[in-house]
Amino acid sequence: MADPALPLNDIPAAVRLRGVTKVYDNGTVALGPLDLDIRKGEFVSLLGSSGCGKSTALRLIAGLIAPSAGTVDVAARSSDHPIGFVFQEPTLMPWSTIRENVRLPLKLAHVPDAQSTARVNEVLAQVGLADFAEAYPRELSGGMKMRASLARALVTEPDILLMDEPFAALDEITRFRLNNDLLALWRELGKTVIFVTHSVFESVYLSQRVVVMTSRPGRVSAECRIESAEPRDDAFRTSMAYAGYCRDVSQALMQASDEMANAAKARA
Amino acid sequence: MKGLEPLPAVDRGSVLPGSDMQWQRIVWPVVVFIAGIVLWDLVVRIGEIPPYLLPGPLLVFQTLIADWSILSESLGVTLLTALEGFIAAAVGGIALALLFNQSKWLEYSLLPYAIVLQVTPVIAIAPLMLIYLPQQTAVVVCAWIVAFFPVLANTTLGLNSVDRNLAGLFQLYRASRWQVLRYLKLPAALPFILGGLRIAGGLSLIGAVAAEIAAGAAGAGSGLAYRILESSYRLNIPRMFAALLLLSVAGIVIYMLLALVSHGLLRRWHESALRKEK
Repeated sequence: MADPALPLNDIPAAVRLRGVTKVYDNGTVALGPLDLDIRKGEFVSLLGSSGCGKSTALRLIAGLIAPSAGTVDVAARSSDHPIGFVFQEPTLMPWSTIRENVRLPLKLAHVPDAQSTARVNEVLAQVGLADFAEAYPRELSGGMKMRASLARALVTEPDILLMDEPFAALDEITRFRLNNDLLALWRELGKTVIFVTHSVFESVYLSQRVVVMTSRPGRVSAECRIESAEPRDDAFRTSMAYAGYCRDVSQALMQASDEMANAAKARA
Repeated sequence: MKGLEPLPAVDRGSVLPGSDMQWQRIVWPVVVFIAGIVLWDLVVRIGEIPPYLLPGPLLVFQTLIADWSILSESLGVTLLTALEGFIAAAVGGIALALLFNQSKWLEYSLLPYAIVLQVTPVIAIAPLMLIYLPQQTAVVVCAWIVAFFPVLANTTLGLNSVDRNLAGLFQLYRASRWQVLRYLKLPAALPFILGGLRIAGGLSLIGAVAAEIAAGAAGAGSGLAYRILESSYRLNIPRMFAALLLLSVAGIVIYMLLALVSHGLLRRWHESALRKEK
């Protein structure tokens, strides 16, 4: 995790976006211009309303789509540890066991099974799925599938973990549990995490920094630092500090929404 | 590394409860079959219909036993033709679909002609095939023409139905074209391919019979279709029925065998092969 004791500017950037725009083939301007810096080891949430371009930004960082303009610099792309990506859906191969799903990135990197098995077992144990390695995805609950998806993203020991509303479809209790698990893994592994969500509460609970985005086309409207004591736990969820941060972030989100509404009126 | 607390184990066997209603899938068709036979027999007896118009079920069964040596030989010929047509359709349909998937240029060039083959009635093509090709080859080609399009269409659909996020994941991990095909597209397309093969199994038999009828009319032949034609010329209607019965049973067995293969390959993961939750 990013060392809070260090001044932010002293921590090297893991991701740098400059003047990034994305226009889809149908003419929809989804994003931009977007400027964003994310530092190594930082846990950042991109927060905004549905359709504001958060997921587009994440896919641009992953290299799954190309920007229409601007530059996307991702330090991890040149390293041996590719980016880990967790989708909104578990996105598991239904024809493979959980072990083979988790092994997939290593298989694609031509790592022989004999060499990858220990790493696969290790990461399955990390997400609490050691006993479910031979199960098929349909045999697991929604939360367990998400854990498997997280294990697959972690198996290559990526420098950056990109998460696209991974817990949005889960019930509240499961989501709280997975939030805690994710924070525990982040503290333990020290990865850079970029987490897309439309939940104010989730973004405040998880992040060191919340980047609030405007509606389409998505731009950075505000940034809120969440300077809370670590580790965060259920006590933090019920604290005054948490409520205060949620209020601030909510206001920033409303302001972002108002900005866009005013801009639309002005254009009209 | 410490990691997270392991999740409590669950009894995965309980996810798929056994179905005590399975027997109904066997009993009801059998009941309908017996009722049909009884009705058929009653119609023949009460109406005193002569055997050269409509033989009773008992006479058909007796003919089947008496003519078994002739009919079984013909059945073997027809089944071999259907099998050859089916294998050619399976290999050709899947291979062509893979080529289409790898090259849009090829798909645009060849798909219209595949559709032409599909929409042209085989009974109209068969006489031409019998002129240009040796008889047995022509019959197999006809079986192939009828059976290959469902395999091609289903495989193409399957290969194009890959989950977009999974495709993105393979892109993220810089998978090669071969890896995408082997680990993603082919497994994802498997239920579609098997669906196409199930249709193709029956169609290859139909194609073989249609071509045999054309060949039988043109010259020598010894398949079941030829026996049906020969029996109709001789007004040996009981043998005609016996041959038809064998064809129907062969079609059902082909379908069941392919359904069994499909179930075996999909039973662990695909919705179509899973038992319904109660």
